[in-house]
Amino acid sequence: MAVDAQTVHRLAELARIAISEETLEEVSGRLGDVLKLVDQLQTVNTEGVAPMAHPLDATQRLRPDQATETDCREEMQAIAPQTEDGLYLVPKVID
Amino acid sequence: MEWEIVIGLEVHVQLSTQSKLFSGASTRFGAPPNTQACAIDLAMPGTLPVPNEQAFRYAVMFGLAMNAEISKRSVFERKNYFYPDLPKGYQTTQLAEPIVGAGEIEIHLEDGSSKSVRLHHAHLEEDAGKSLHEDFQGMSGIDLNRAGTPLIEIVSEPDMRSAAEAVAYLRKIHSIVTYLGISDGDMSQGSMRCDANVSVRLKGEEKLGTRTELKNINSFRFVERAIKVEAQRQIDLIEDGGQVVQETRLYDADKNETRSMRSKEVANDYRYFPCPDLLPVELDDDYIEAIRRELPELPDAKSARLAGEYGLSVYDADQLTQERASADFFEAATRQCGQPKLVANWMMGELAALLNRKEIGIEQSPVSATQLAGLIERIVDNTISSKIAKQVFEAIANGEGDADTVIEQRGLKQVSDTGAIEQMVDEVIANSTAQVENYRNADEAKRPKMMGYFVGQIMKASKGQANPQVINKILKDKLDALL
Repeated sequence: MAVDAQTVHRLAELARIAISEETLEEVSGRLGDVLKLVDQLQTVNTEGVAPMAHPLDATQRLRPDQATETDCREEMQAIAPQTEDGLYLVPKVID
Repeated sequence: MEWEIVIGLEVHVQLSTQSKLFSGASTRFGAPPNTQACAIDLAMPGTLPVPNEQAFRYAVMFGLAMNAEISKRSVFERKNYFYPDLPKGYQTTQLAEPIVGAGEIEIHLEDGSSKSVRLHHAHLEEDAGKSLHEDFQGMSGIDLNRAGTPLIEIVSEPDMRSAAEAVAYLRKIHSIVTYLGISDGDMSQGSMRCDANVSVRLKGEEKLGTRTELKNINSFRFVERAIKVEAQRQIDLIEDGGQVVQETRLYDADKNETRSMRSKEVANDYRYFPCPDLLPVELDDDYIEAIRRELPELPDAKSARLAGEYGLSVYDADQLTQERASADFFEAATRQCGQPKLVANWMMGELAALLNRKEIGIEQSPVSATQLAGLIERIVDNTISSKIAKQVFEAIANGEGDADTVIEQRGLKQVSDTGAIEQMVDEVIANSTAQVENYRNADEAKRPKMMGYFVGQIMKASKGQANPQVINKILKDKLDALL
């Protein structure tokens, strides 16, 4: 079952990735393959089975509330494309 | 046609933890940009989140205070969307299994009535960073210090029916989180933010109307105004034959109007799924019960206790306990001077006016609880009259020292010396021949009222310092002797 073009475009927009018209058919087919796998899973009878939040049968360890991290701005900003006054600069997000 | 307004609130409260929800970066307010954003907050590859125990403790405290169910198991999920102040491309939040379940609180309205508002649930989630849209070479600046700060989002049922009820609910939430000490609740700094879901329907109609969501309203006053203006917009729209569109709207405080935030982009789809980086969090009964035992006295309980213990009216007790600092002030002052009613009156009168004028909270009050109690002690022991006390209060507020110092330095001590007062009374009587004549000819029933003139003159002569009881006694004796 291939995914229709409109759905592929919608998913691409939500994921902020560009999909060219040339690759559309291929992507649509591959997404369809994933859905086939999902369809197969859907046939399993899960009545009375609680949804699983995590495959490991363990619970989360919590951390004491202490500020342990030190300032790493210089290091981080050294690998950022553009910064100013300590801020990361990004393309303008509102008009 | 009579319309009914239906309101549900989503309140975000920043928790006062030292470190972030999933990292050990500091949450201190006001640090230089990006100095408190570590590799985890920045979503660097290879990092893993570890949840902060204190955030859970605070969320449980809140749930218990809201009479809500506490989930022994809660699960973090990813809410996926792209925005530059959200480096991971998703917000870690809770959806299907939040930490706090359904609950209920009582809100108190100005007319003295109260009403119950149901809590749908409250969940833990991380805050985003801040985008600054000033002109940085035509770009936006991003500060990620706030990214990852723990929040609880408190979602009410659509149980409120007026803007005033919404504000009362919001104040109650504010009061609870500050009593618990889990947040500073400062709306102006964004520690508490509010979104309002507003719809209207004809009175008697059961079906809810189409709602709009008002985003990020940042003061109690604006919440009230935004809801009022939005409800009226919807009513006008429907009465003109239009239809309300479900959308997010922004309140513009300057123009007092709401406007659509709808962009040309397609609606978001957050594609929630359980976060694979985090295991389910499980809390046991011992943990929850230990927190319950340590809960401080909450506003409702404190109000009831103050009313009972000190004989205050329900209204006064409610007013005084809305803020924990104000209740503490009241109790400290009352313990010292033993005059609960006078302390309450001064706090809601002179002190409230002073704080209002200076636009400060009671924590920054220039008159301390000890100083107010000291002032009241001097009224009660007749050292000064209530009228002079107001002058003394102002002087204390101006930093002239405590009541005794001000009274001493300004020579405001009430004159109770009968000899001195007698002399003033004689002088006034001698200078008021006409009034004395009137008094003598008046009906006996009317005489007490006529004494007011003489008392006023004597007070003036004594610059307000003569003891009114002593004046009354001497004056009456002297006037009656002339009959």
